[in-house]
Amino acid sequence: MFKKFNIKEDVTGHTQVKSSVQRGIRAKIQDQFGDGVEGILDVVLPKKTPMILMKCHEHINLIVVNNEIQFFQHFDGPYFPTLKLLHKYPNMLPRLQVDRGAIKFVIGGANIMCPGLTSKGAKMDVSVPADSIVAITAEGKNEVLAIGKTKMSTDDIKKINKGIGVDTVHYLGDSLWKTVVDL
Amino acid sequence: MTQAREVLYCGFCSLPPEYCEFGPTLEKCKEWLKRNDRVAFQFLYNTLEDQLASTSLGTEDKLEEDKKKAKEAAKIERQLQKKMQSRVVIKRIERTKKKCVTSVFGLENFDVDLKKAAKLFANKFACGASVTKNNQGNDEIVVQGDVSDEIFDMIMEQWPIVPEDNIDLVEDKKKK
Ligand SMILES: [Zn+2]
Repeated sequence: MFKKFNIKEDVTGHTQVKSSVQRGIRAKIQDQFGDGVEGILDVVLPKKTPMILMKCHEHINLIVVNNEIQFFQHFDGPYFPTLKLLHKYPNMLPRLQVDRGAIKFVIGGANIMCPGLTSKGAKMDVSVPADSIVAITAEGKNEVLAIGKTKMSTDDIKKINKGIGVDTVHYLGDSLWKTVVDL
Repeated sequence: MTQAREVLYCGFCSLPPEYCEFGPTLEKCKEWLKRNDRVAFQFLYNTLEDQLASTSLGTEDKLEEDKKKAKEAAKIERQLQKKMQSRVVIKRIERTKKKCVTSVFGLENFDVDLKKAAKLFANKFACGASVTKNNQGNDEIVVQGDVSDEIFDMIMEQWPIVPEDNIDLVEDKKKK
């Protein structure tokens, strides 16, 4: 999604959202991530701090607070945390671990193939349905390297074990990662 | 869960250092980490050697890979060289006999966020600092007061990527 994103060209406008809208966005995020996330939202989306909504091409919305992109959204879909936010709070998402061989493909923006999630170096301790937002970690690494959306359930990834298991949405070094917001 | 973790990012390629090995600039990344975080450097590159050794790429794959990496590294090197030739100018400008301001120009060439830098200066020197466009239409930071030397030191400290020799200190005296 962010392979060729360019903040100078692709942002069509930004507005400070009304407080009612801000409450709505927060509520949706909380609903999506569960009540455990409330403490985090108090820090990253404080009620009293202005929230900026940046609208971009390809129907991407960025939620910006204190000049940091905290969440993003495609169309009217779920909110994804940015990798920088996830690095601060790694427990926000369930984690799937790819094997070491898959790392360079993921960092290149490729989607994640099932075998990369089922091989010896991989790990799937959680069980999630299709269309779940997941964090991708890697064999031998501590930090999350990508955020994706499961294309099939983790059970199916194990059972079918071929084709794309997770669509890579945002990865280390992509243009969202490199984007500096300066409002 | 609500306590934010601090994650170290590589000052050269911006990734967490454990992923530098997958980029084309590993050598430069290593240098950076060695200079900036000795402990992390030792921890990372002592354990990594084992892994690298155990990932046995086929020799042909490896050659192809090396070629690609060398190409990318050369490109980044060129960009870097260009960067290293850009200059940062700190200028003391007299407004009246007693008052002057200090302008800083060229930091953006080193990927410094000018607004954040201005804020940093303002905090550090407890004075006004702003980003304005100069007559050439380029952004520069203007700080109230004569703080050229302090800014020089601060740039060295905050943005070690800026080489000391690339910073020019100049004075703009009012004609009498
Ligand atoms: Zn690096």
